Amino acid sequence: MTSVETRPVLRVERICKKLGGKQILNEVSFELRKGELKVLIGPSGGGKSTLLQCINFLIPPDSGRIWLKDQEIHIHRKRDLYAYRQKVGMIFQDFNLFDHLNALENVAIALRKVKKMAKREALERALQELNRVGIGDKAALYPAQLSGGQKQRVSIARALAMDPEVMLLDEPTSALDPELIGEVLTVIRNLAQDGMTMILATHQIGFIRGLADEILFMQEGQIIEQGIPLDLLTAGKSSRTQSFCSKLHELSGEQEL
Amino acid sequence: MLETVQVIKDSFPYLLEGAGVTAIAVVGAMLFGFVIGIQIAVAQVYGAAWLRRAVGLYVWFFRGVPILVLLFLFYFGLFSFLGINLSALASVVLVLGMTSGAYQSQIYRGAIQSLPTGQLKAARALGMSDSRAILSIILPQALRLSLPGFSNEYSILLKDSALAFVLGTSEIMARTHFVASRTYQHLPLYLMAALLYYLLTWLGVKGLRYLEEKVRIPGYSYHQG
Ligand SMILES: Nc1ncnc2c1ncn2[C@@H]1O[C@H](COP(=O)(O)OP(=O)(O)O)[C@@H](O)[C@H]1O
Ligand SMILES: [Mg+2]
Repeated sequence: MTSVETRPVLRVERICKKLGGKQILNEVSFELRKGELKVLIGPSGGGKSTLLQCINFLIPPDSGRIWLKDQEIHIHRKRDLYAYRQKVGMIFQDFNLFDHLNALENVAIALRKVKKMAKREALERALQELNRVGIGDKAALYPAQLSGGQKQRVSIARALAMDPEVMLLDEPTSALDPELIGEVLTVIRNLAQDGMTMILATHQIGFIRGLADEILFMQEGQIIEQGIPLDLLTAGKSSRTQSFCSKLHELSGEQEL
Repeated sequence: MLETVQVIKDSFPYLLEGAGVTAIAVVGAMLFGFVIGIQIAVAQVYGAAWLRRAVGLYVWFFRGVPILVLLFLFYFGLFSFLGINLSALASVVLVLGMTSGAYQSQIYRGAIQSLPTGQLKAARALGMSDSRAILSIILPQALRLSLPGFSNEYSILLKDSALAFVLGTSEIMARTHFVASRTYQHLPLYLMAALLYYLLTWLGVKGLRYLEEKVRIPGYSYHQG
């Protein structure tokens, strides 16, 4: 969990975004070092999804700068942008699997069409990634035939197949039935333990407690509090994060994982 | 009565050949319209404002002018004005194709717009360019959803193709008209023509229905999304 390298893998500086006349992101900055897991937390509508989508320019920021390692990314340099997006895996709340492709093809398609791998090689690699998230046996099934947890694991496999340097996870378990959350969290925990660099938006407080290197508490487009879980989450500490989390806890009765 | 039977027997192969010409004209026009329609749809959904406006004009023009007027306008007007020497059949394929392209574009546009926006987002997030995402992710799904509309367009275009007889194309209608005006056996001949159109409709619609089943996505319910 402690970083060997001091140079950040991903650096995000003073991102601003206005949508519909409203300031959604207001000078958001953070860094991710190799192997770090940072967690974005905060009330719904606070700007977490917008921030994550600004990082890979699915939503173009109004201003601010982004670096992957030493390279600054400019949205108008298309080739660089596409290469950058390959190295930044994205996991969406509602999976966004390609509905017309089975699980294996979902993972293989970008290998073939973006990385230009040969078909056989791409399918082999795809199967490997499905096995890694524990659903190799579902390779031939289509998204409509999979449970939510299985879909999210396919989407993680799809991102992993691109050999990402960083992963952005936007509430990966929020659309899941409670009994399916565990299987996805297990995959994410394994990734963290394997040293994947990640930023994760989530409300799964119990899950992040022992795993996150830092918590970024986001509200009204700003990171208003940040620190290690021990400082922010320990009961009795008067942090905004702590009061938000105890409210969550009361509402959902979430079991600690 | 005997005479009627004789005329039917004699003219059947002749009209059947006409059905072949009609089929060529309609299939050609559907395919040409497909190529045009897809590009218009993509331009209308993803294109820049000036492009959207330009293809919008195209769609309005071909939806707004009767096919009969278009056939004369292009065959006797534009093509000869430009010194292009096209056969009547080729002109019919072009004019019907351009018209169908305008209608087909709206089928595809609706299908593209009905897809969840997350599909394009996920494709972009994997490093696909927009054109790659449209080709590999958006169109394969949109075209599946378009098949019922495409089938409907086929049955309409097939019937519109009877107008081609005004240019002297030797399709079903022109041949029937030709034989009827000589034999005065209008009733049986036009019934035969009607039957041939019905058969072509049936074949096309059944074929497309089969294709729809064939490319159906397993587990995917079109009613529940
Ligand atoms: N296209 C848009 N136009 C206007 N407002 C938007 C748009 N997209 C998101 N928002 C607003 O931005 C705010 C932040 O949303 P979001 O980033 O989804 O927050 P979170 O993921 O933290 O719940 C919300 O108030 C939302 O209503
Ligand atoms: Mg969100």
